[in-house]
Amino acid sequence: MPAPAQTRIIFQHIDEPGYTPDIACYVRNGGYEVLKQAVKRKPEELIEEVKKSGLRGRGGAGFPCGVKWGLVDRKSGKPIYLIVNADESEPGTFKDRYIIHQDPHQLIEGTMISCFANNVKQAYIYIRGEFPHGARILERAIAEARGAGLVGPNILGTNYSCEIYVHRGAGAYICGEETGLIESLEGKRAYPRIKPPYFPAVLGLYQCPTIVNNVETLCHVKYIVQHGGEAFGRIGTPGNTGTRVFCVSGHVQRPGYYEFATGTITLGQLLNDVCGGPLPGRKLKAVIPGGSSAKILKFGERFKGKRKVGAEMVDYDWGVEDVPMDFDSLGMIGTMGGSGGVIVMDDSVNMVEALANINAFYSHESCGQCTPCREGSLWMKKITTRMVHGTARTEDAALLKSVADQIPGRTICAFGEACSWPTQSFLAKFGDEFKQYPETRNAAKRNDAAALI
Amino acid sequence: MNLKPATLAQIDDVITHYPVKRSATLPLLHLIQEDVGHISDEAIPWVADKLGLQPINVYEVVTFYPMFRRQPIGRRHIKVCRTLSCALVGGYKTCEAFQQEFDTGLGEISPDGEVTVEFVECLASCGTAPVVLIDDDLHEKVDVAKAQQLSAQIKSEAAKRR
Repeated sequence: MPAPAQTRIIFQHIDEPGYTPDIACYVRNGGYEVLKQAVKRKPEELIEEVKKSGLRGRGGAGFPCGVKWGLVDRKSGKPIYLIVNADESEPGTFKDRYIIHQDPHQLIEGTMISCFANNVKQAYIYIRGEFPHGARILERAIAEARGAGLVGPNILGTNYSCEIYVHRGAGAYICGEETGLIESLEGKRAYPRIKPPYFPAVLGLYQCPTIVNNVETLCHVKYIVQHGGEAFGRIGTPGNTGTRVFCVSGHVQRPGYYEFATGTITLGQLLNDVCGGPLPGRKLKAVIPGGSSAKILKFGERFKGKRKVGAEMVDYDWGVEDVPMDFDSLGMIGTMGGSGGVIVMDDSVNMVEALANINAFYSHESCGQCTPCREGSLWMKKITTRMVHGTARTEDAALLKSVADQIPGRTICAFGEACSWPTQSFLAKFGDEFKQYPETRNAAKRNDAAALI
Repeated sequence: MNLKPATLAQIDDVITHYPVKRSATLPLLHLIQEDVGHISDEAIPWVADKLGLQPINVYEVVTFYPMFRRQPIGRRHIKVCRTLSCALVGGYKTCEAFQQEFDTGLGEISPDGEVTVEFVECLASCGTAPVVLIDDDLHEKVDVAKAQQLSAQIKSEAAKRR
């Protein structure tokens, strides 16, 4: 079956010739009309629309946005903060970059609507330090919006006031974790906080109720308020509503970003029809479907079970190519949709070397707060790097597994899971390649293989 | 601290963005690093004093975040992405090419003082890998040939200055 057409909601204007990031261009294209309508409505109505839409967070966990907003402590009398998580840093993910650089006002409008709905008076955009131009573009866009009475005191002549400031990170992956992000915004090391009691909805920034939402999620809010939660819910599939921006990288002919109604495209359609399939003379070997922490899939493996379609339970028997790209289907086959970053590897890749690359990332980025993660991520890196550049031993596979198995569930934040899932899944799917590595490493290397570590 | 008047004005402005002064730690460090080039020993107590903190509160931040550096670097900062998507399409070769062009090792100042080449983690532009950030500008699909071309450009700009 050929791939469906893209449904571009969030990326409607990305790469459009003549489309510029200034407010005049945005307004010419109908910008800020939704905010104008929104401030005339009751905030509770807007929250209700988001709940009805079924929108799930686009940052990684896929938590329903309306539920997140519903958990906010509104009785404490403390101010409520909203933080835009623009710390896009999950390897393989690069969607927010284009929204921020090419269509910043879409994010600002979505943010202001979300602030109004939740009675937020102060919002911060936490943008990763590696986007210096992005930070400047957002600051300029906020200044333009402030000049037009869309941000700041008495928005659009109402009694409602809300300020937005841009806050730059400084190169730490862990700031993408929401409680780490909050600590960082408070001017500290980004050590994630333990939950309970530090649920951001209750004890977030400055111990006040705080909403942390991904860039793409907030852009979806704008669309939901414009068209209604029910209309949004009709895009995609039940439980996986709206569109999803997939970021495809690695060994395909046309890597890039593609926006589809969630769950309407399979992984095979995305990689083969949309991205042009493998490079000439190569075969697809493995794919990480939701950012580098997601468990790897091996081409050729099959997934069987029962799943709910409407009210009925039906059998499924999928190859990797057949899996619909939605949160639930990817969850059923033991991986996740995560941040939408799809990393593709072909038969030129040795999996020990690919894992060594990933492990180097996680050991560099572990914040160091919890011993299992700090030490475990370092050991996994040391073992895999030694296998590639030093002595590889048959027993290393078992050693790696034992290290990885001791991390998840024993750390404050989900980084413990994120750093161990690659090792666990690489070993589960490609265990033979690890055991045989002592013999195969020195055998003739493919001359088209890239160095990975 | 010998900071430019514009930097001092930006520092005073950014502190007003937060109800708690300590939040301005990262913004102040960014502004100082952009002005001076690195976070010097004297910058740490200066920031602490400005924000009503202890020097240790600032020091622990400087040492946690990879983008803050304690030492000067070359005139241009070349950051090559090391992470998987870039590595899969030749990021390691790109990094080597820059090192060869400027006869330098990772994290060092090149002998001509022009660049510091660094291998960094994901720059979030995986679809146009391999990517390189030179100062504030992102360069996409930087294979060895493009790395050589970018290096030549940096060298010719340096020659013009002399």
